Amino acid sequence: MKSSPWSLVFAAWLIAALATLGALFMSEVMGFAPCVLCWYQRIFMFSLVFVLAAGLFPFDPRVVRYALPLATAGLLVAGFHLLLMAGYIPENMTPCRQGIPCSTVQIEWFGFVTIPLLSFIAFLTVNVLLIATYFKTSK
Amino acid sequence: MKQKNIFIGSAALLIIAFIVGAFFYNNQKAEQAAQVAKQNQMALVRAHSPSFGNPDAPVHIVEFFDPACGTCAQFYPMVKQLMADHPDKIRISVRYAPFHPGSDQVVKVIEAARKQNQFRQALEALFASQSVWVQNHTAQVDLIWGPLGNLGLDMDRLKNDMNSPEVAQLIRQDLADAKTMNVTMTPEFFVNGKPLPNFGFDELKKLVEDALVNTSAR
Repeated sequence: MKSSPWSLVFAAWLIAALATLGALFMSEVMGFAPCVLCWYQRIFMFSLVFVLAAGLFPFDPRVVRYALPLATAGLLVAGFHLLLMAGYIPENMTPCRQGIPCSTVQIEWFGFVTIPLLSFIAFLTVNVLLIATYFKTSK
Repeated sequence: MKQKNIFIGSAALLIIAFIVGAFFYNNQKAEQAAQVAKQNQMALVRAHSPSFGNPDAPVHIVEFFDPACGTCAQFYPMVKQLMADHPDKIRISVRYAPFHPGSDQVVKVIEAARKQNQFRQALEALFASQSVWVQNHTAQVDLIWGPLGNLGLDMDRLKNDMNSPEVAQLIRQDLADAKTMNVTMTPEFFVNGKPLPNFGFDELKKLVEDALVNTSAR
């Protein structure tokens, strides 16, 4: 049962669901307005919850084909966001509008955990789990 | 079967955690807001703030508002009705929180109209024509002269008054007090110094009615 392909996809789903609810908690309950880059990450993360869940019942190994593009795209946006916040990409290059600059740090836990970092870690883990599922099922 | 149970169980757990978390977070926030309001009663209302209704009314509402805010315009007739339902029992003082870009210019016009005793008329005309002069969440002061044209305002005097340093100082003070009182969205109401626990007209009504009961019991 442990680390069966099903559990790998399930773990990926769990992370996506946690990230989705966490993002909704911060925008709807805590009242932080999501910036433009956050919205793109949300688009990919929110859809992963449904795509991955659909691949679990009945288990379909091809779910990797459908979920991996979303997870990779999300990872790229999150990586871009991290570079932006770290100052490697100047703010005027980014598509931020409506008064919420993407370089604003809204949460800082333990001095280094920011919302884009959480997003990046979540996307990275989902990617790793999906690639592991691919190798497990293609053998 | 086992997998299905794990899945449904975790989904339910996540959602319950979300709801419980939201509940506790909101409670904590409301408590904090009440504390902040209690500690900063000085900043709640100033001598310069426009005030309406019986000065000795048992219930005193303080409203922070933005003339360019759509919800403020929707609340205006409801609050007016609430005051009419309890004649002489409610006093309202208004504070400016011009959060929309360009809105501070419109506040200057309202203040200048107030010097000609036309505060209420100017405000009502501006709320009624909001869709004309608020475009893309930006207040366009150039577009308000049409809607204000019928009030018989002395426009030369108004344009002179709106740029006076005392009006600028009043807006600065109101914005500073909004910050102190933790007002980040408009409209925000305080009833006898207490903030709304949750936003909504029903909540405001309830707070006012509770205050009426409390003060009439004394």
